[in-house]
Amino acid sequence: MKDAVEVFEKPLKPKKRKISPSARRELTAALLFISPWIVGLGGFLMYPIAASFYYSLCEYSVLQPAQFIGIGNYVDLFTDEVFWKALGNTFFYAALSLPLGLVLSVAIALLLNTGVRGMAVYRTIFFLPSLMPVVAMAILWLWIFNGDYGVLNYAVSSSTGWISAQVAGLGRFLNQHGIESVGRALQAAAPILRIEGPPWLTDPAWSKPAFVLLSLWGVGHAVVIYLAGLQDVPAHLYEAAELDGANWLQKVRYVTLPMISPVIQFNLILGIIGSFQFFAAPYVMAPNGQPARSAYFYTMMLYDNAFPYLRMGYACAIAWVLFVIVLVCTLVALRVSSRHVHYEGM
Amino acid sequence: MQVKSRLAKFVVHIILLAGSVLFLFPLLWMISTSLKPIEETMKMPPQWIPTSFQFQNYWRAITYQSDKLGYIPFLRYTINTMHVATLAVVGTVISNALVAYGFARLKWPGRDAFFAVTLATMMVPFPVIMVPIYVVFRHLGWIGSFKPLWVPAWFGSAFNIFLLRQFFLTIPKELSDAARVDGCSEFGIFSRIVLPLSKPALAVVALFSFLYHWNDFLGPLVYLTDQCSFTLSLGLQFYQSQHGGTEWNLLMAASTIVVLPIILLFFFTQRTFIQGITVTGLKG
Repeated sequence: MKDAVEVFEKPLKPKKRKISPSARRELTAALLFISPWIVGLGGFLMYPIAASFYYSLCEYSVLQPAQFIGIGNYVDLFTDEVFWKALGNTFFYAALSLPLGLVLSVAIALLLNTGVRGMAVYRTIFFLPSLMPVVAMAILWLWIFNGDYGVLNYAVSSSTGWISAQVAGLGRFLNQHGIESVGRALQAAAPILRIEGPPWLTDPAWSKPAFVLLSLWGVGHAVVIYLAGLQDVPAHLYEAAELDGANWLQKVRYVTLPMISPVIQFNLILGIIGSFQFFAAPYVMAPNGQPARSAYFYTMMLYDNAFPYLRMGYACAIAWVLFVIVLVCTLVALRVSSRHVHYEGM
Repeated sequence: MQVKSRLAKFVVHIILLAGSVLFLFPLLWMISTSLKPIEETMKMPPQWIPTSFQFQNYWRAITYQSDKLGYIPFLRYTINTMHVATLAVVGTVISNALVAYGFARLKWPGRDAFFAVTLATMMVPFPVIMVPIYVVFRHLGWIGSFKPLWVPAWFGSAFNIFLLRQFFLTIPKELSDAARVDGCSEFGIFSRIVLPLSKPALAVVALFSFLYHWNDFLGPLVYLTDQCSFTLSLGLQFYQSQHGGTEWNLLMAASTIVVLPIILLFFFTQRTFIQGITVTGLKG
């Protein structure tokens, strides 16, 4: 039957190579509609990508024409201590802030999705910080991290001090009532519980964790995304799991997480690309990546070479290495998660 | 996933409340500091409520004058930022709507391949192409002007094209066909049928474009040279780098001034906001 139809239809619709007038009209219209993007794609993407690669093989200061020098910039780059430092810092930052941010945002989204009252209010509160213009946020956190008058370390030392005093008090109480071994141990442990906050931005060991903390504060954007993803999970799946006797944790593990895994994957890839572009906050908060270049991140190095130093060729080599890193990371992330990611309807 | 027992609900509330306090704390601290007299900012233990509210800090922050810097014209910076953001938002909406229409509502050979290329460009980080674009703008003599900040917005961007295309696809084809039968031109269908039906999606694009340009720091840092043509973000950074670490109350007041319009905007457009983030985050 099917064959018959095809045989019957073929002679009626001979293949014409000529475009019909209506198709041509549609093509002309389409070209007009997408013309801004043709110019944009060519002028603001394709050409710069190609030019960036060419400049990366040149000595170029903008003031004089570019001079071809081959792979010299790349050789310099791979033997440049600062490059490895910046790369290491960036990986360190990404390796801490991405997983922590993921866990925190999914956890908050799960809590918001339990049907508690006031969900919209909580959502707004968690979301607000991620709206802040980055320079204002950086200045605010400079103040919060401040060594002398920083409110963060005050909060850390006063809250741990309170806990320590309570533990010591309990120890004294037990001592007086004859349980001396436990009481002494508590009294001995009490002073250890009192923690003084680290000198965040002035200590090379603590400057990167400070930026991780800052990134966790802006996690609300992801919370909104995951919350919407959670609300899309069909209720019948939970009901089925309940019939099988699954508890809350098991439902999260076997229903919720698989169902939102594509969203997690997509946001993780964006997160990787974003980490390598981390710039404004450290530029404001840690000029030149001080102390001891411990907060010198990849895009800061790119910017410094391009503009203050006018080493445009070198900057383009840095940019191309960035391009390759982002490409590789994205492919690896896609590869790894395709084994774990569940797509509805596939 | 619902939590049913009373105890569980109570625990969830406690955790969420504690989390909310932590998340709101820095913002409240910013406002608190911005209203304090200078001596009180350096008091330990810190004081939450200023003994006297120094509303004049805000006025002093926007009319700041120093021997070293001269005048920090925050009003000028606000106008500059609005100037750039307005032109960029208008360009973003117009150009991306046009291009998305071409991808969503018209059939032409090579369309899907070209769309795939468009999507792939989302993966290109801006720093990669920063230098050549700077060189081009330099040749055009645009460095120091606002043009490098808003002209590119008039030529489309992959993300917005994608977003609007998805929306345009949901509008029934029959509407266009009916208009075509009535002799409506393609541009007429676009402007009189598709655009009016796409207001929510266009609002999302406009809102996020505005936010991007209000917050952008790297662009202004690279392209603006004259202190009078700074945008708010750049002006705030300049202000901080020149005399930071001293008058924290004025710095916090200035920061609050930069943040406040965004927060107000959020409260007035909350729905569009949440929708936009959801769509862009889920359907990528």
